[in-house]
Amino acid sequence: MTAMIEVEGLTKRFGPVLAVDGISMSVRRGEVLGFLGPNGAGKSTTMKMIAGFLTPTAGTARLCGHDVLAEPLEVKRRLGYLPEGAPTYPDMTVLAFLRWVASVRGFAGAEHRARVERAIRLTSLGEVLYYPIEALSKGFKRRVGLAQALLHDPEVLVLDEPTDGLDPNQKHEVRRLITAMAPQKAIVISTHILEEVEAICTRAVVIARGRLVADGSPESLAARSRWHNAVSVRVLPDQREAAIAALEALPGVARVEVARTDGLVTISALPRAGQPIEAAVRQALSAASVAPRELRIERGRLDEVFRAITTGRAADALCEAA
Amino acid sequence: MRTLLAVTRRELAAYFATPVAYVFIVIFLVLLGALTFSVGAFFERGQADLAPFFTFHPWLYLLLIPAITMRLWAEERRTGTIELLLTLPVAMWQAVLGKFLAAWAFTGIALALTFPFVVIVNWLGSPDNGVIVAGYAGSLLLAGCYLAVGAAVSALTRNQVIAFVLATAACFVFTVFGSPVVAGFVADAIPPAVLEAARRISLIGRYESITRGVISARDLVFFATFIAFWLYANAVIVELKKAG
Repeated sequence: MTAMIEVEGLTKRFGPVLAVDGISMSVRRGEVLGFLGPNGAGKSTTMKMIAGFLTPTAGTARLCGHDVLAEPLEVKRRLGYLPEGAPTYPDMTVLAFLRWVASVRGFAGAEHRARVERAIRLTSLGEVLYYPIEALSKGFKRRVGLAQALLHDPEVLVLDEPTDGLDPNQKHEVRRLITAMAPQKAIVISTHILEEVEAICTRAVVIARGRLVADGSPESLAARSRWHNAVSVRVLPDQREAAIAALEALPGVARVEVARTDGLVTISALPRAGQPIEAAVRQALSAASVAPRELRIERGRLDEVFRAITTGRAADALCEAA
Repeated sequence: MRTLLAVTRRELAAYFATPVAYVFIVIFLVLLGALTFSVGAFFERGQADLAPFFTFHPWLYLLLIPAITMRLWAEERRTGTIELLLTLPVAMWQAVLGKFLAAWAFTGIALALTFPFVVIVNWLGSPDNGVIVAGYAGSLLLAGCYLAVGAAVSALTRNQVIAFVLATAACFVFTVFGSPVVAGFVADAIPPAVLEAARRISLIGRYESITRGVISARDLVFFATFIAFWLYANAVIVELKKAG
């Protein structure tokens, strides 16, 4: 299947500052792309350029084959865009605002009504329809912005921090909504919340200082962590030394870390080059007659990988193979 | 067309969403009444026409029109809704024209509420109502020119106060260029050719001839061109700001 979003060498310069530096990527139907990066890395700037709000200094973006510079209206018809901070007209009521968006998008009559009703249902805005938007809580405002982006059931969704300011229940709702829509659409979301990436994204792209520094599935990113395939065991305090000695003696173990929690001691063995070491650990422990109360295999810590690749200190946290 | 109408309707509703619109209309009517009756000596002149009424429109507009236009783009920039507007499938000309038409319609509403003047003058005497209609047309066209300038200036900034001051200054320049007082004052300082050029792009001379009942095609074309030019400038400014 062809790519729904194609970004080619997108570059944005604000005076002397290079905010986005030659980003290229493509997103297919069915993909949910998590756009990660520290504040100021150029996430929002990139999204603004894809949505046609900022004109790129160089490069371009195509949505469903339409170039955002050559055919901006064709792009905007196919795109649902939630801008950073979810701006909406504060003096309008929720219903008036959504009706206005539907009119601007060219819907009329029964379809106009149906589109507005569907957007309200999807984002659970029924109880605040007649409130002025300025009177709403941050979570509701965000959902009004989301309703606006979903109203025309677009093929491509670009959502800048869709769950920012939502409570855990609302976050869950929005994630469910995104997951449910995912098979028919190409979706890009930016977020700071790494668990969100693991929960809903099929692919993660990390940018730092305007450059694309990583692109892969959340699992493959996590696998770059030195914690990937690490084994953590929880043992009684009197078995602590024996367990540490047994694990340190293993050739596949690069490092052993110890933490004390509620009576038990957690001992983690970090593998060399991300190799699976579970069997070796089990064997070594039983040979040393240590009976762990709990044994857990780590998938890798995304936050650590994120920190490492966005601050450029890769050696600190990534395993040697990555 | 539906998109243009939607933009215009929202902008017009936004004026009436706060008490500002009503305050504005009341101030407009009170000032216009005070100027017409006291300064303009409406009754003492003993003539059944609205000349003293229309004389003050350019000067009143100078202060009040920038108050209408200052929020058009500056407010969208401040609240960030400009990003929403410009990522909806709205063509640039639709956004620019939609906002302008809303501001023009609002001015038209304020102007329509001056109908008691027409009633009074018809009750007291028998004026030439054709001239009065021409006066209203001229006033609306003049307002359109100020609005187009003000809207373009509003796109320059996110600060409404700056938008107001800049718009007043710009409109002032286009108004006084042609006024005899200024022309006499600067006649020695600048070459006659420049003075003549300045007089040609000034609004007040053409406005006055329309309010006297002389509607010439050249003046109409001038007003239309003036408005079109500033709307185009407005679109260019918004587009340039996108390039950031």
